[in-house]
Amino acid sequence: MTTNAPILLEMRDITKEFPGVKALSDVNLVVKAGEIHAICGENGAGKSTLMKVLSGVYPYGTYSGDIVYQGSPARFSDIRQSENAGIVIIHQELALIPDMSITENIFLGNEPRRRGAIDWKSAQRQALDLMARVGLSEDPDTLIKDIGVGKQQLVEIAKAFAKDVKLLILDEPTAALNEADSQHLLDLLRGFRERGVTSIMISHKLNEIEAISDSITILRDGKTVETLDVRGDGVDEDRIVRGMVGRELSSRFPDHTPNIGEVFFEVRDWNVRHPISADRQVCKHESFNVRKGEIVGFAGLMGAGRTELAMSIFGRSYGVFESGQIFKDGKEIKLKSVADAIDNGLAYVSEDRKAIGLNLLDDIKTSTVAAKLSKISHHGVLNEVEEYDAAEAYRKELRTKAPTVDEGVSKLSGGNQQKVVLAKWMFTDPDLLILDEPTRGIDVGAKYEIYGIIQRLADQGKGVIVISSELPELIGLCDRIYTVFEGQITGELAREQADPETLMKQMTSTKKMQTR
Amino acid sequence: MSRFKDLQKNLFGGTTSNARQFGMIFTLVAIVLLFQFLTANNLGVGFGDGLTLRSDNLIALFQQNSYILILAIGMLMVIVAGHIDLSVGSVAAFTGILVAKSMADWSLPWPVAILFGLAIGAVIGAWQGFWVAYVGVPAFIVTLAGMLLWRGANQYVGNADTIPVPKGFQDIGAGFLPEVGPDTGYNNLTLLLGLAACLAVVWRELQARKTRKDMNAEPAPLWVSIFRMAVMVAVLIFVTLRFAGGRVGTSFPISGLILVALVLIYGFYTRNTAGGRHIYAVGGNSRAAELSGVKLKRVNFFVMMNMSILASLAGMIFVARSAASGPQDGLSWELDAIAAVFIGGAAVSGGIGTISGSIVGGLVMAVLNNGLQLLGVGSDRVQIIKGLVLLLAVALDVYNKSQGRFSIIGSLTRPFRRDEPSKPAPTSDTGNEPAKTTVAG
Repeated sequence: MTTNAPILLEMRDITKEFPGVKALSDVNLVVKAGEIHAICGENGAGKSTLMKVLSGVYPYGTYSGDIVYQGSPARFSDIRQSENAGIVIIHQELALIPDMSITENIFLGNEPRRRGAIDWKSAQRQALDLMARVGLSEDPDTLIKDIGVGKQQLVEIAKAFAKDVKLLILDEPTAALNEADSQHLLDLLRGFRERGVTSIMISHKLNEIEAISDSITILRDGKTVETLDVRGDGVDEDRIVRGMVGRELSSRFPDHTPNIGEVFFEVRDWNVRHPISADRQVCKHESFNVRKGEIVGFAGLMGAGRTELAMSIFGRSYGVFESGQIFKDGKEIKLKSVADAIDNGLAYVSEDRKAIGLNLLDDIKTSTVAAKLSKISHHGVLNEVEEYDAAEAYRKELRTKAPTVDEGVSKLSGGNQQKVVLAKWMFTDPDLLILDEPTRGIDVGAKYEIYGIIQRLADQGKGVIVISSELPELIGLCDRIYTVFEGQITGELAREQADPETLMKQMTSTKKMQTR
Repeated sequence: MSRFKDLQKNLFGGTTSNARQFGMIFTLVAIVLLFQFLTANNLGVGFGDGLTLRSDNLIALFQQNSYILILAIGMLMVIVAGHIDLSVGSVAAFTGILVAKSMADWSLPWPVAILFGLAIGAVIGAWQGFWVAYVGVPAFIVTLAGMLLWRGANQYVGNADTIPVPKGFQDIGAGFLPEVGPDTGYNNLTLLLGLAACLAVVWRELQARKTRKDMNAEPAPLWVSIFRMAVMVAVLIFVTLRFAGGRVGTSFPISGLILVALVLIYGFYTRNTAGGRHIYAVGGNSRAAELSGVKLKRVNFFVMMNMSILASLAGMIFVARSAASGPQDGLSWELDAIAAVFIGGAAVSGGIGTISGSIVGGLVMAVLNNGLQLLGVGSDRVQIIKGLVLLLAVALDVYNKSQGRFSIIGSLTRPFRRDEPSKPAPTSDTGNEPAKTTVAG
């Protein structure tokens, strides 16, 4: 439908260098008015940098090349200028203020004024109007922290509309969303297209890109590889992957023959209450087990209580423990602190590696040993050589891309950071690893490697729990999958029984299914 | 040029802890030489006759600042853990008056009185640590309250009077290494101390090279190591001779000795032990530290308690030096200690900083203070200049970091484990911009 539409934006020969790194070299991007244009590429390909150049985060003059927007050259020197021109970027990490209301957030920095004072009445009215446009039905006075991440995303988009957006840029909009919220967001984008809003979408979720975009520009190593016309060229996921990695990935999951042993870890009748509102139960009578060498999946919607379950088991690091028992190798163990959990061979790789998984000030070697300093210290005194050797061994084993283990973790890409986090927990010699969204925000190639690592861990006889919001990932990786809904385990499926429809059904129903 | 770059990299941004310490000392030396030149110029005499490097001035510099530097050690750990302690001056004053009273009124022998003082510090620290670690009141508030509380307690106990302390006690603040052995024209113990320091420098450099080799990592080029050792040893010999060759009866001060011992102990603790690393982990990302099994409350309690113990020691040294405890002791010490830590490269948001950096930061302020006084600049203008130096030093560092350029203070004082990479790594989409997130100090 948009083949003959006028060109809204053209970026020509954009080159952007950082000290020592050429992040973009001669990148070209042509976006037609009224289309949804996806930008794909592995982490580090330069997608976000390109968008920062476009939105003026990197001001005119710090890059070379031309931007033509609405037919005339654009030279933005800051975000404000690009926003005034109708280019609004919504970042992966949402820029909302948790303690302010929806209305306040929508108009932050853009407050409607009347005689100098903020006109809250008009703001409220406009907010309701904007919220209706994005399909958000909430009280506009609700605080951001009280709504889920899916709705927060909608608030961000409403905020963009408040600025009279012509070109909406979404950086990984569905990364933190569950399937239902993602679907809603994608429908919303389709609606915008019908109303003539142009969108640029950066995403790792190829199925979404395939489903929604009109054209796709693929970047690799800071260069434009190609631009695909989705409708015309008959593009599918494999085609996109080939462009991104420069080769065909024969399978999204490494081949693996599980070697499953006895049940060695069991949780019985686990009850946990919310840390602040004590009447809210986040884990309700949950029981499950893990066998040696088994990869067990936990499927559920965002907010189903999977992370809460995992963290409460991991040394009561979440919520208020009420009752429940944990058995390991047939004996009951009490895990009252994270240190207890680590000593008993548990490891928890958190879903948010930047916020709670890593100290971003650390380098690779300090991060690797951080959860078990006792292994490299004698009477509390650290041995630098042992530390270095241990970190180096994991760097090689996991093929973490970094010149040395002296490299700061903040400088690594998402996939490599995740490998450091995995190394950190492998270093603790765990028997059971709980991996919470282990591939979130990681590109296809790195995902494949992470899957391989998970399978190797299982082959060593460890139990692995994988919590994931991507159903194909769970189905492709896990030997057995539990479904969780509103703090209850609602089902248990063997690999052969697991298909997206059945899982989805169990993930959205309170009715407890018969377990095997 | 490449040779110079090589030198700069290895001296300032190299991969061993010694490299950085050397860089810091280098900066300090530059400031000292500046004032040496200015004071000589002022008097119209040769460079060698400037006032800054005279024996008596160096000795006084150490004696007058040892207690601030002791506070800076504790403050560094507090700030790295992500807190602040505003109460140190008041804690010092309260301990000082109680210790003075214990000797004057209850006739405690002075060694017992010192232990008594440290115990007071521990109790005060436990009190403050309790509120910070176990109740979760921000340290800023707890210690602001403490600042009022212990200041008031000092004046309540002492009736706002001054209480003198006995001679034996005065030695910890005003005493020197005694004269022993043959008459060499120098203080023999100070010479021995200097010799030990030189040997330690050489040993550490060799040790650092060995460690790098054991890691199969490239140690700094040999000529850099030798150059570094040579300069360090030369500085140490010069300083030793100055301290040892002053007026008869003066030498290296006892308070300086206490300081050196504390720097070595705490430097080792923060750098080389699991406990020390936990402090950095808590300050860098407390949630991540907690999920790695670090006992958050215990770490926070420890740093607050430790700070108060060091504050009580600083208070006693000050009382000893001024021969009496008074109601105005320790006023605004917290600010000097905090300034030293930030000039020394610590981050406002925690997680970054070193003991040696803070000591150099403190010495920079001390030399500045001393040099300006020698030049006859009034205390009003000294304060203005010190304030501006603090602001500019940190601002320059923040600016340089935000531009992704070589950060002077940061690279001089970043701890051994926060090495700059030698070359850029594969970067993520968002990771290839200059880091803006670390608030520089």
